Amino acid sequence: MDLIEEFRNPAHVKALAKSIHAEATRPLNIMEVCGGHTHTIMKFGIPQLLPKQIQFVHGPGCPVCIMPKERIDHALALASQEGVILATLGDMIRVPGSMGSLQTLRAEGADIRALYSPLDVLKIAKENPDKTVVFFAIGFETTTPMSASLVKMVLAQNIPNVLFHVNHVLVPEPVEAIMAGGDAKIDAFLGPSHVSVITGSKIYEPIVRAFNTPIVVAGFEPVDVMESILKIVRQFNEGRCEVENQYTRAVSREGNVSAQKLIETYFEQRESFRWRGIGDIPRSALKLKDAYAHLDAEKVFEAVLPKTPIDDHKSCICGKILKGLAKPYECKVFGKACMPSSPMGSCMVSSEGACAAYFKYGKFTHKGVA
Amino acid sequence: MKRIQLAQGGGGEETTGLIKGLFFKHFSNEILEKMEDAATLHVKGPIAFTTDSFTVSPLFFEGGNIGKLAIAGTVNDLVMAGAKPLYLTCSFMIEEGFLLEELESIVLSMKEEMAKSGVKIVAGDTKVVPKGGVDGLFINTTGIGEIVCEGISAHNLKAGHALIVSNEVGNHGACILAKREELDLEMKLKTDCASLWAPVEALFAAGIKPLALRDATRGGLSAVLNEWAEASKVGLAVSEKAIPVAQEVKGICELLGFEPYEFANEGTMVLCVEAADVEKTLSVLHRFEETEKACYIGTVVGEHAGKVVLETPWGSHRFLEPPKGELLPRIC
Repeated sequence: MDLIEEFRNPAHVKALAKSIHAEATRPLNIMEVCGGHTHTIMKFGIPQLLPKQIQFVHGPGCPVCIMPKERIDHALALASQEGVILATLGDMIRVPGSMGSLQTLRAEGADIRALYSPLDVLKIAKENPDKTVVFFAIGFETTTPMSASLVKMVLAQNIPNVLFHVNHVLVPEPVEAIMAGGDAKIDAFLGPSHVSVITGSKIYEPIVRAFNTPIVVAGFEPVDVMESILKIVRQFNEGRCEVENQYTRAVSREGNVSAQKLIETYFEQRESFRWRGIGDIPRSALKLKDAYAHLDAEKVFEAVLPKTPIDDHKSCICGKILKGLAKPYECKVFGKACMPSSPMGSCMVSSEGACAAYFKYGKFTHKGVA
Repeated sequence: MKRIQLAQGGGGEETTGLIKGLFFKHFSNEILEKMEDAATLHVKGPIAFTTDSFTVSPLFFEGGNIGKLAIAGTVNDLVMAGAKPLYLTCSFMIEEGFLLEELESIVLSMKEEMAKSGVKIVAGDTKVVPKGGVDGLFINTTGIGEIVCEGISAHNLKAGHALIVSNEVGNHGACILAKREELDLEMKLKTDCASLWAPVEALFAAGIKPLALRDATRGGLSAVLNEWAEASKVGLAVSEKAIPVAQEVKGICELLGFEPYEFANEGTMVLCVEAADVEKTLSVLHRFEETEKACYIGTVVGEHAGKVVLETPWGSHRFLEPPKGELLPRIC
C-alpha cells in the first residue's frame, strides 16, 4: 500500500466531497485540535471542497504555539549559561520570548542545536564531555515517548552531562478547558493523529460524554480528513455522539501501551501549566518525577530561570485563535506587523500554527492579507 | 593517509607541489599551465559572467560531491543566461588536516563534470586554513561564457506562455537532508546535480528560444516561479499532479513537514516557452539523461499578478508561496 498516494487519490477525495455535500444538513463548526490538521486543511485547500455551512475552528494543538513566553525565556536563560548547549526540536528556535528568540541568541554565539530526533542529544553529549547539554523537550503525547526514551538511555549509559527542561503537554485537558469555558461554539472535533497513535482513542471518551460532542480521530492526508468529516456529518444525521476512529491504520483504542508505560516511568502530571493565550490549566503538562530531579534543568538551574508570567502583545489575538474564538485573518496585525519572518504571536511562528497555515496556504480563499 | 597541511597553503614549495601534483594534473590546459598572474582569454561578443561559492555539508552525497556541484552550479548559471560556458576560475579553501585522497576524488569529479560542457579552469587559488577555519572544504568558481541566445529574461513572461520543468524536483535537497540528518532511509535517491549545457545547446540548435530559463537551486521550484511571477507581473498557474516528484522525496517531505517545491536542485531547470514550442521542447529534453523526465507543468495567466497558483489534484487551489527562513522540521 502506498501510504501517500492512496490517501491523496483525487477520485476518492472528490467522491467524499460529493457525499458530504449531499448529506450535510446543518451548520457544523469542527475544531481540529492538532496543528498538523490545520496545516493539512489549508495546504490541500479542503475548505474549498466543503459546503459553506461546514467551518473549521482551529484548536490549541501546536506545541510551539501554546508555549508561554516565560518558558521560552527559560530556554534563552539556559542557552546563555556558560558551558551549556541547548538542544530542541524544530520551530521552537524561532519563537520569540520576551528578549528575542533562540535563533537570534544562536546568531550572537550561543550554542543552540535544532534536532531532528531527541536521541541526537546522546551524540552531542558524548562529543562535548566538558559541556552540559540541556534538552528543551516540547510536544504533545506524540513526542513524549522519545523524551522518555532519552531519559532511559541517559540513565542506562550513565551519561553525566544531559539535563531536561520538560514542556510536554497533554491533549484532553486543554480541550476540556476550552469546552468548559463555554465561549467556544464547537459541534465536533477532529481528533489528533500522531497523539492518538500513542494514547489510543480512549482518551477522548470522557470528553464526548461530558460535552456531548463527537470526536473522530483522523489521519493527516486529504482522504483521511474528508472521510472524518463525513463520519461527523453522519453522526449528527443519525443522532449519534461517539468517539470514532478513522485512522485505524495507526490508531487503536488502547494505543501504544509500551510507550505509555515508558512515559509513566519517568514523568508525572504537573499541578498546573500556563498555556499561551489560554491561561493556567490544571494537570495539563508533564514534569520529571522527583526520583529524576538530578536530571531536571528547572531544578538544577532554578536560580537563573525567570518566574514571572509574560502576556502576549496586546494586539495579538493568538489566545482567541487557540480557543477557537477567532480566525487568523480577524487579527489586525495578521500578515502586516505579524508575519512568518517577524512573528508577533506564536500562531505565526510554527508551521503548524493556524496563522502560519493561513498565511502560507490560505491567501487564495481568505481575506485579510495583501 | 596523507592530509593537507598548513604549509601547503603557504605559497612556497609545498603549495607548488599541491598545485602541480593535483590541480594541474587533472585540470590541465594551456592557459592554466602558463601560470601567469592572470589568464589571457579571447572571447567574442557579449559574455555572461558569474560567481558562486560552495559550502555544502556533507561534502559527499549520493550522486555527487562539492566539486561536481561547484562546476555544474557555475556552468548552469552561465547556461541559464543563454551562454556557452568557456572558462572558469576556481578557488579552494581547505581545512588543515583534510584528506588528500578525498580532495583528489573531488578534483576528479570536477574534471569529469567539466568535460560534459567543454569548460576549462584557467585560473585558480589555493588557501589552507587552520583547523576549524572552514568546514572541510569550500570552493568558489567564477565563470565566463559566450552568449549564444540573447534576450532570455525573467521579465519576458506573458499570458499564454508555457512552463516546463526539466526533471524531478527536490532530489538534491532531500538527498542532502537525508544524509545530513543520518535518516538512514531505505531509498535509492540521488542528487540531480548535472551540467545542463548539452540539453540547452540542443534546444538552441533545434531553433527553440526559451523566453526565460532558470536553474531551480536554493529555494527550489517555488522560488523560481515566484521570482518570475513577480518580475513579469503575471500569474502562473501550475498543476500539482504535473510536477514530477520522486516518491522518496514525497516520503521525506511528509516525514519532516517540508514541501518538495522548496527543496534545492542542482541540475533541474525551469523553462518558459511559447505554447507552440512545448512538444518540441519536451522532445529535445527527453533525449538527454539529465532532462529525460521533463514535464509541462502549467501556464502563464492574466490574473493573480505576482502570484503562483497551484491546483491540487482534486481541484482546489492555493498560492505557492516563496520559501522563507531556515528549513526546520515540523514537530507534530
